[in-house]
Amino acid sequence: MSGERRRGRATAVRGNAGSTLYEPILALDQTTGPATIERPATETETESEEELDLPWLVVVHNDPVNLMTYVTMVFQRVFGYPREKAERHMLEVHQNGRSVLWGGMRERAEFYVQQLHGHLLLATIEKSR
Amino acid sequence: MDICRRDGAVEISDLDPFLAELLRQIPTSADPEGIPAVEQRLFSAPADSSENEVCKEWKLYVEPELRRLFQSATETVGEDLKQLCGKEKSFANRTLHIPTQHMDAWLNALNQARLALAAKHNFTDTELGDHNRSPVGSRRDLSLFQINFYGFIQEFLLRDLDAREEQT
Repeated sequence: MSGERRRGRATAVRGNAGSTLYEPILALDQTTGPATIERPATETETESEEELDLPWLVVVHNDPVNLMTYVTMVFQRVFGYPREKAERHMLEVHQNGRSVLWGGMRERAEFYVQQLHGHLLLATIEKSR
Repeated sequence: MDICRRDGAVEISDLDPFLAELLRQIPTSADPEGIPAVEQRLFSAPADSSENEVCKEWKLYVEPELRRLFQSATETVGEDLKQLCGKEKSFANRTLHIPTQHMDAWLNALNQARLALAAKHNFTDTELGDHNRSPVGSRRDLSLFQINFYGFIQEFLLRDLDAREEQT
């Protein structure tokens, strides 16, 4: 039973990061008692497991040397984005200093960052928080 | 200098000896020459330093690949630039043809050179936005001119690629 609860809450935490599994699991907790009492301790317990599941973000940082047209072209090529979307991200990088281009599994995120570095853009992967 | 698309290639014609020399310097300018600031920019970290594992793996497996990729681009450009070699004393204007299949290598090598020069001289944003500075003066002025000149060529190549994609 306690195992079930822990698994249930772990998924609920993941749900906060955007999973559709959030609601059914929350409902399971509600049937077994007030979830709010035990939640903090259990969340701490499962934190490291959760970290593994967190999506990774591909972030591009501003660089005053790279041409805006070049950056747009790279976004189109690497992510297959249409020009309008690529330009939107390019402007975000230019104006805000960074833009999140993609989020998902680590392996894929690393692949994208490698492609971006191949085009000499300043790109990093970050864990989504 | 004139730049246009002709017979499936980009043609840079009426190149005076000074601009021809700047083009010849692309591979040399792209070389980090062991300068830490340049190395750091061309091979920047893939993640925050707290992501130790990611950074270590990157250094081991990805960075060598990137070095090969960048070198291959500058070698391709170097081959094309042989068109500009010849009688150095001759003031006859020269023409350079960039084949379509070499466009990506050119874009990459020009970018390497621009980034390396900027990192080497630590140009400020204001300086980088100054497109009218004369190349005559110091090595720094010449490098800024180089960055802008390479940017101009890059811009043309990008427009040309764009036009080709729209046609297909």
